[in-house]
Amino acid sequence: MLTGILSGFLLAPLAPALHRLFPRYSGWLLALLPAGLTLYFLQQWLPVTQQGPLLSHIDWVPALAMPLSFMLDGLSLLFALMICAIGALIFIYAGRYLEDHRDLPRLYVLLLCFMASMLGVVLSDNLIVLFVFWELTSITSYLLIGFNHEDANARAKALQGLIVTVGGGLALMTGFILLGQIGGSYELSVLITRGDTITAHPLYGLTLVLIVLGAFTKSAQFPFHFWLPNAMAAPTPVSAYLHSATMVKAGIYLLARLHPAMGGTELWLLLLGGAGAITMVLGVFLSLRATGIKRMLAYSTVMALGTLTMLIGLGTRTALLAAMSYLLAHSLYKGALFMVAGIIDHQTGRKDFLDTGGWARYLPVTSACAGLAAMSLAGVMPLFGFIAKEQLLEAGLNHGHALAPLFSAAIVVAATLGVAVAAVIGIRPWFGKPAALTHTPSEAPPAMLLGPALLAGLGLLLGLIPGLIDRSLLSAAASASLGERVTQPLALWHGINTALLISLGAVLVGLVLFRYWQGFRHATRWTDTLARFGPEQAYHRLMDGLVALSNSQTRLLQSGYLRYYLISTLLTLVALVIAALWLNPDALKLRPDFTDIQLHEAVIAAVLVIATLAAVTLQSRLGAVASLGAVGFSIALLYVLFSAPDLSITQVLVETLTVIMLVLVLFRLPGFLRLTRTRTRLADALVGITVGGMITVLLLSVLGSRYHGSIAHYFITESVPAGYGRNIVNVILVDFRALDTLGELFVLALAATGVYAMLKLRSKGDTTEPEETHD
Amino acid sequence: MTRERRIPPPDRNALRTQSLILRTTGFFLLPLLLLFALFLLLRGHNAPGGGFIAGLVASAAIAVHLFAMSEAGARRVLRVDPRDLFAWGLILALVAGVLGLFSGQPFLTAHWLTVSLPVFGELKLGSPLLFDLGVFLVVVGTASTIIINLAEQDT
Repeated sequence: MLTGILSGFLLAPLAPALHRLFPRYSGWLLALLPAGLTLYFLQQWLPVTQQGPLLSHIDWVPALAMPLSFMLDGLSLLFALMICAIGALIFIYAGRYLEDHRDLPRLYVLLLCFMASMLGVVLSDNLIVLFVFWELTSITSYLLIGFNHEDANARAKALQGLIVTVGGGLALMTGFILLGQIGGSYELSVLITRGDTITAHPLYGLTLVLIVLGAFTKSAQFPFHFWLPNAMAAPTPVSAYLHSATMVKAGIYLLARLHPAMGGTELWLLLLGGAGAITMVLGVFLSLRATGIKRMLAYSTVMALGTLTMLIGLGTRTALLAAMSYLLAHSLYKGALFMVAGIIDHQTGRKDFLDTGGWARYLPVTSACAGLAAMSLAGVMPLFGFIAKEQLLEAGLNHGHALAPLFSAAIVVAATLGVAVAAVIGIRPWFGKPAALTHTPSEAPPAMLLGPALLAGLGLLLGLIPGLIDRSLLSAAASASLGERVTQPLALWHGINTALLISLGAVLVGLVLFRYWQGFRHATRWTDTLARFGPEQAYHRLMDGLVALSNSQTRLLQSGYLRYYLISTLLTLVALVIAALWLNPDALKLRPDFTDIQLHEAVIAAVLVIATLAAVTLQSRLGAVASLGAVGFSIALLYVLFSAPDLSITQVLVETLTVIMLVLVLFRLPGFLRLTRTRTRLADALVGITVGGMITVLLLSVLGSRYHGSIAHYFITESVPAGYGRNIVNVILVDFRALDTLGELFVLALAATGVYAMLKLRSKGDTTEPEETHD
Repeated sequence: MTRERRIPPPDRNALRTQSLILRTTGFFLLPLLLLFALFLLLRGHNAPGGGFIAGLVASAAIAVHLFAMSEAGARRVLRVDPRDLFAWGLILALVAGVLGLFSGQPFLTAHWLTVSLPVFGELKLGSPLLFDLGVFLVVVGTASTIIINLAEQDT
C-alpha cells in the first residue's frame, strides 16, 4: 500500500522527461500509473468488502510513536477507486487540453503529487500521517490553482484557497492531537472502536469543533464556501479533478471516517446537519444565479458537499448509505460535466452560459455526455443520480429528530433548484438558436471525450444495474462509516412512494424555473447586495487588517537607521534582564572582591577606560580608530596575563584586520561632521552606560555565584585522551563544541555574503560601475 | 609555464602601490605569512594556533599583498574567487561532521585514523583536522571577500 501511495511522488520528477520523450502521448503514458493503481484497488475489492479491512504497519518515527500505518476498508476503497480512476482520465484529458501549454510538465508533476497525497489521506490509519498528507493536498492544490502564475488573479485565488484550507488545517491538527489524547490512540482503526469513551469525554465538544473546522474549510462548507468557486482560476482539468471529485471530498471523507468515533451526538447532528443544510441550499441558489459555466458547476459542487455533510450529520443507516451513493454519483457526473465545460471552452472559446446555444449538431458526443451527466445531477430516472436522490429524500423523511422536517424541506428546495441547474447545463448550450461563433466548432479529440463519456456512461450503467456495487462497495463503505454492518440493496424502482412523488414534483418545478431562468436571476438580484456582508468580505477584511498590522509594526521597528536598531536591541536586552531579576531577585549575588588586584592589571584597566573615553569623544576618525585599537590590544594583553594565549593571538589578529578594513572604508567617508545634537548624544551615552553597567553587574554576579561545578575540569582532563590534543581551546573548538563552531562558521559566511551583496547592490545604482574582475 | 619571479612593477591603476619598500616587503612577506598560517593550522591541536588563527594570519597576508601590489594581484594569489573559499570551507566542515553519521554516531563525532609513516613516525589524522581546515577556509574566505571587494570599490 505504501508503494502505491509513494509511486505518485516517485513518478512526479520523471514526468517532465517523459513528456520530452513523447510529447504527444505523455498524458496517456502517465495515466498508466493511476490506471494500474485502479486495477490494484479493484483486486482488493472482494477481500476488503467480504473479509474486512486491510492493515499495513511500518515503523517510521518510533521515538514519537508515529508509524506509517495504513488501512484499506470499504470507505477508503471507494475513495481510492474514485481518486485513481478519475485521475487516469484526467491525465489523458489534460495531456490534450493543455497540449500547447508551455508548463504542461509542471501540471503533470503537481497532479501526480496531488494524487499521491490524496491517496495518502484516504488510506492513512495514523492521524498524524493523515494530517501530513492532508496538508500536502492543500499545498499541491495551491500550486495547481495558481498554475497560471503570471495571472495576478489566479495567484490571489490560489492564496485564498491555501489560507482558508491551511487555516482549517491548523484547527484540525489541534483537534487530532486532542482526539489522540482522549481516545488513547492515534490509530483510526482503534479510535473507531472507542466512540463511547470519546463522546463522553469533557473535551469532546472542543475536539469535535476543531476537527469539523478543518473538514469544513477543506470541503467548502458555509461560511468557508467562498474559496471553492474562486479556485476555478485553475485550468479546467484541475477543477474537474480537485474541486469536484477529490480534494474537496477529503473533508467529507474525514467526517465519514470519524463518524463511528465521534458521531451520534446532538452536537454532531446540529453542527454537521445544520452547516450542511445551509451550504446545500446556499450552494444551489448561488449556482442558479451564476452564468459562468465553471462557476455554476463550482457552486453546484458546494451544494453536493453540503448535502454530503448533512447526510453524515444525520448519521442513520439510510443517511450514510445515501451519502455513499450520492458521493459516487456526484463524482461521476461532476467530473464529466467539468470536462465538458473544458471542451466547450477548448472548442468554442466560450465560458459563459449566456453565450452558448445550439451546439448539439457540432458537438454531438459532448452534448450526449453533458445530457447524461446533467440528468444524473437532476436525479432523473434511470441514472444513478436518481437512486442517490431517492435515498437522500428518504434519509430526510425517515429521520426521527425533531428538526428532521427542516432538513427535509431543505432537501426538497435543493432538489428543485438542482433540477433547474441541471437543465441549464444539459439544455442551454446544446439546443435552441445557435450562438454566433467566428468559426464552426468541431467535435473534441478522443482523448478529451474519453473521460466524460466513461464517467457519464458509468452513471447510466450503475443506475440500470445498481447490483454491481450496492451490496459490495457501497455497503462496505457505509458500514465503515456507520460502524456496524450494512447490507441494503439499491433499486431503481421502489414503487410509488413519497420520495418518488417529491422527486417528480421537483423535476416539474425545476423545469419551469429553467424556462424562466433569466426572470429568476433578475428577481433575485437583490441578494447580491447581501454578499457585501458575506464571509468573503470578512476574509478580505481580515487579510487587509493583517497587512495593515504588519505595515504599521514594520514602520515602527524597521526604521532603517543602524543606531535605532542598536538602541532597540540593547534596550530589549536590558528590559529582559531587569524582568528576569525582578522575578528572581535572589539570583543577583554581588560579592566583589578587589583585594588581589596587581598594579599592572590596574594600569591596563585604566588604559582601557581612557582609550574608550577617547574613542567616544575624539573629533577625528583616525584618532577614534587608534583608540579602539588601544582598547583591543589592552584586552589582548589581559588575555595574556590570564594565560589564554590563543585568545590573545586571535584578538591581536582581529584588531589588525579590523584596522585594515577600517582603512579601506575610512577614506571614502565624508569629512567629520557633528550631525547629532548634544541632547541626542547624551541620550546615547545614557543607553551605553546602562547596557555596559548592566553587563558589568551581571558578570560580577556570575563570578559571585556558582550553581554547578566548573566544566573546565572536564575539558582539562578529557582533552588529551578523548580529543588527542593538548591545546584545550582548540580541542573545544573543533571537537567538544564543534557544533557551536559550525554555527559560527555559517554566521561568518553569511556576514561575508551580506557585505558582498551590499557592496555589489550599491554599485548597481552607480553609473561608474566597476566591472567585476575575475582572473 | 614558468612564471617570471621578480618584483612586479607598479600597477598603473592602483592607488596604493607607489612605495617600493612596501612592494618589496610584500613580495617576501606573502609566502612567509602563508607558511606561518599553515604552521599554525597544523600545530593548533597541541599548541596555540588552529584554524581560526591561521585563517586570520592568511587573511592578513592577502591584505598586505593587496596593499603592496593590487586587488587583481590579491585575487591571483587566491587563484579562486574568495567567495568560493568560504563555501568550500563550510562544505569541508559539514563533511567532517557527517563522517560520524556513517558509523551510526551523532553528527560531528570525531574520528581518528593513525597512520605510520617511515620518516615522520606515527601520524594521527582525524576529522577534527578536516573541520579545522574548514574553519580556516571560511575565515580566509570571509575576510578576503570583504577586504578585496571593499578595496575594489571605486569612489
